[in-house]
Amino acid sequence: MEAAGRIGWEPAPEQGWVAPHLTEEFPGLGIAWVTLDCKATRRSPEPVRRRLRDLSDRFYGSHAIHLRERPVPWAYRVFFRQIGLDPDRTRTPVEQLALDRLREGAFKSTGIPQDALDIAVVETGVALRAFDAERLDGPLCIHDSGPGEAIVEGGEELPQGTLVVADRRGPVMPLFGGEGAAPVTAETRRVTVAAVQVKGVPQISVDEALWMSAAALES
Amino acid sequence: MSDLLVRRTLEPLAGTGGDERLARAELRRQIGTLELRLSKLAAEAFPRLPIDTAVEAVSRAPRALDLGDLERVRDSLAARISGAEKEIAARSELETRNREALELMLAQPDQHRWVQISRADVGEPGCGGWHARPRFGLLGMLMGWWRVKISSGCPL
Repeated sequence: MEAAGRIGWEPAPEQGWVAPHLTEEFPGLGIAWVTLDCKATRRSPEPVRRRLRDLSDRFYGSHAIHLRERPVPWAYRVFFRQIGLDPDRTRTPVEQLALDRLREGAFKSTGIPQDALDIAVVETGVALRAFDAERLDGPLCIHDSGPGEAIVEGGEELPQGTLVVADRRGPVMPLFGGEGAAPVTAETRRVTVAAVQVKGVPQISVDEALWMSAAALES
Repeated sequence: MSDLLVRRTLEPLAGTGGDERLARAELRRQIGTLELRLSKLAAEAFPRLPIDTAVEAVSRAPRALDLGDLERVRDSLAARISGAEKEIAARSELETRNREALELMLAQPDQHRWVQISRADVGEPGCGGWHARPRFGLLGMLMGWWRVKISSGCPL
């Protein structure tokens, strides 16, 4: 809310709760999101596709090589290491996109909302995730999983202590590196775009990522 | 948010106390520094030498690591950096020797018959190279007319 007031744009981003003992362990860990009306489509509007093409044209191999030295991608790599993941196997969102860009020769358009997220992730380096807003229950938060908790009800139990993004019902996705509940489908009419912030990622980058993805979704 | 605080009885990390928290914070700081160093080395060595920056994941799911796991990550990163620095130093030494050999070859092609040195061998980008070969083919070979032919490599 504070971010929205500072920047003054709509829809206002909301700031989520982080379990206090995780805040102590990981200062700077946070989650913010925006929710907006948006119909999922397999073909993005022309301005979004053009934006992706422009991004492809100005993203070279040298950018990919030096990506991990830039402050925001580096911050996510470090955080991955700190939570036990290997960022060379479980890629950070921006590195995964960079790798795909090099393999496929372009940032491939896969429709809305993914294209909007890709644009914002490449531009800012911030990790974003889209959910079907109607399938979320209440505000998002970050905590570690308790016994018997699973991403999908009745699904595989999460190892206790797994860092998750959760709503009021329970975990909706592992913090990084796994499939989530409430995915965007063809029936989705409202989308929540969530940004996970880690130490070293400035608030302005998170705000910009959310703003950029929201702008692309509304285009 | 209060309902979340009430609903969940979140335990502090098992077997960890205040002092350990400071130690974990320090290890996380070290991991950050080492990660940056490793990233710089990988970028510096590219494309001459592929540096493996992977460090085995200590967990299959994201979680707050305990002191032992953080130490393992820190040590693995330090070992990777040490290995990468040795590889880069060895590669640089080899490239230096190749550059010296190239200078000799350019000065005395007939003393380095048929020797080929690529740009990659001397740490230069591109796919061209230098090849000591006789001028005018068989005639040059019989007459001892040797020269170094420079290939500019592929057009891309």
